Amino acid sequence: MSDRNDSYKPWGPLAPSRRKLLAGMAALPALSMLPRPSFAAAPPTSVVNTTGLAVTDSEVTVGILHSVTGTMAISETGSVEAEKLAIEQINAEGGVLGRKIKFIQEDGASDWPTFAEKAKKLLVNDKCAAVMGCWTSASRKAVLPVFEQYNGMLYYPTFYEGLEQSKNVIYTGQEATQQIIAGLDWVSKEKGAKTFYLLGSDYIWPRTSNKIARKHIENHLKTKVVGEEYFPLGHTQFNSVINKIKLTKPDVIYAIIVGGSNVAFYKQLKAAGIDLSKQTLLTISVTEDEIDGIGGENIAGAYACMKYFQSLDNPNNKAFVAAFKKMWGEKTVIGDVTQAAYLGPWLWKLTVEKANSFDIDKIAAASPGVEFKGAPEGYVRIHENHHLWSKTRVGRARPDGQYDVIYETKDLVEPDPFPKGYQ
Amino acid sequence: MFGDYSIGDLGAIFAMQGFAGLILFSVFVLMALGLAIIFGQMGVINMAHGEFMILGAYVTWATSGFFQQNLPALFPGYFFVAMILAFIAAGALGMLVEWALIRHLYRRPLDTLLATWGLSLILQQAYRSAFGAREVGVELPDWMMGSKHLTDTIEVPINGIFVMCLTALITCAVAYVLFWSRWGRQVRAVVQNRVMAGAVGINTEKVDRYTFGLGCGIAGIAGSAFTMIGSTGPTSGQLYIVDTFMVVVFGGAASLVGTIASAFTISQARSTLEFFLSGSMAQVLTLLAIVGILMLRPQGLFALKVRK
Repeated sequence: MSDRNDSYKPWGPLAPSRRKLLAGMAALPALSMLPRPSFAAAPPTSVVNTTGLAVTDSEVTVGILHSVTGTMAISETGSVEAEKLAIEQINAEGGVLGRKIKFIQEDGASDWPTFAEKAKKLLVNDKCAAVMGCWTSASRKAVLPVFEQYNGMLYYPTFYEGLEQSKNVIYTGQEATQQIIAGLDWVSKEKGAKTFYLLGSDYIWPRTSNKIARKHIENHLKTKVVGEEYFPLGHTQFNSVINKIKLTKPDVIYAIIVGGSNVAFYKQLKAAGIDLSKQTLLTISVTEDEIDGIGGENIAGAYACMKYFQSLDNPNNKAFVAAFKKMWGEKTVIGDVTQAAYLGPWLWKLTVEKANSFDIDKIAAASPGVEFKGAPEGYVRIHENHHLWSKTRVGRARPDGQYDVIYETKDLVEPDPFPKGYQ
Repeated sequence: MFGDYSIGDLGAIFAMQGFAGLILFSVFVLMALGLAIIFGQMGVINMAHGEFMILGAYVTWATSGFFQQNLPALFPGYFFVAMILAFIAAGALGMLVEWALIRHLYRRPLDTLLATWGLSLILQQAYRSAFGAREVGVELPDWMMGSKHLTDTIEVPINGIFVMCLTALITCAVAYVLFWSRWGRQVRAVVQNRVMAGAVGINTEKVDRYTFGLGCGIAGIAGSAFTMIGSTGPTSGQLYIVDTFMVVVFGGAASLVGTIASAFTISQARSTLEFFLSGSMAQVLTLLAIVGILMLRPQGLFALKVRK
């Protein structure tokens, strides 16, 4: 496989703020080069935990911080399930450095100040060695200062708009360029697309993503954007914009609509007679989770650009899907973010074992280069910028709510949270 | 923006855009009718209106599942059964809520706002516990999907036509009940003078309960119909509540005609603006216009003339 042939890119010139952020990581470079210790016996707590985290000789405590109530519960439920599954599997294998993982779950309740408050509780009161959590960018932005102030470690699962990097966060989802550029290249090459209509919900992620998409469409592909539109979150009436799409007849509808609006958009698109087997539609916001609510027959034929689809055909994924369904029921579906959430506890375990320590500074420094070969999406590795190298894939929605994977990048795509020429 | 298009193309688009506006109008009327009855006739600010709608949507979802499993032959017609069940379920819940909560607050209308807001949170969490946090997909019979070709170039979504017919039907029914039936006269009597209505022998408690039930029941039907065009999840009701209040308040709270007129104005303004501007901008401009008009005319478009 070509997976592992790509080499690390050396550091490019850094913005001063990034340099500052990374100074802490650079302080402990030697540790990441230590040979892997053997784990026959659990190393003593005094050695692996020098900063007073909740680690005992037999247990280590981590936090799970997602919304299980409120609007975002729709999306975050899958992440919670995946993280619990990963923790259970890790414990079944003997835990981390000989210690079982115990988790404390807090509810962010879809409310950003609550997220910050609960993050503080997990770090200050519970001394969690790591926290798996957050979903929206707003919640991540709310907890980020808390994690930086109290030196915690957050594993953040969602694909997001980029423009962020922290010593205290590992981003297990894609940043915007990883999700957007390969998909646009594919649609331009395979479908010969010349004109694009960009749609999105009106907040930071769709707007930043469409900005990157527009730059790529205009400057790199030399093709044309014929319309760009945003709708308030929760918008339920799309007939007017559908008429505009009919009028401009774009080769590709590029949709980044989220939440309940998503359901309304696809239902109305179908009702308006736009046949997705003829009209190319590419989305980066509809995973298998969302299709549950949209209804497979309403979106069949649409293309989605993700790094993971439940239907991926590899042994890791088959085992993962089977274990997930065994734990959470036959009917559950697994979307891109759910898989990324599953990576969090595993990457943390591997990093702790590499660093031979639970200390946050050592984990932050040891993270770059940590690779997880058992990932359902195939193989991932943490970049120096704390994002993941991963493949980008295009899937086509089937009426049964699953995707057929029809394209994947040959190599892992490098995460680039501060893309030059796209801002 | 229209330079490259033929007259025929443009005509077709404008015709379809006209329909889009009419569909939005029907949707607004349908979602506002129940609230107009409760807010307009009883003065109760029902923040849980959206949750009553979603109860209707969940009933529809359950009915579709039941028909698919047990009566697949009748599946094409299940929607009508679902709407009736949605009306009954939402209406029954409404009457229960009126009995347990609202009737204690008639003298404190602003407190109903807080109480029903709390109720909406309770209902949301109840749906989440009962049906799961994820949205559910409601299967529709084939005949309700897709669009109808009126001419070669003009297509109209079938679910839109369905909502339009349903709205017309329910509006007529509500108008009949309120203005021509004996019970409607009782309702209006209670609205105008509760004490006097009681004195002439009208059971005002019963009238209140049934009025609230009727408003909630219509919300249930609306929720059932909206499974065709929107999402069904624990918090989906929140998507409609702002627009609903906007329509009712703008129209003049106590007037059914006002509600319809305001739904028409808002929907046409928004769908036209959305076509020429963008979605968010259209929303902003519509809201600004409404704020402006309400400043000049605080009682709304149509208001009952009462002696002060």
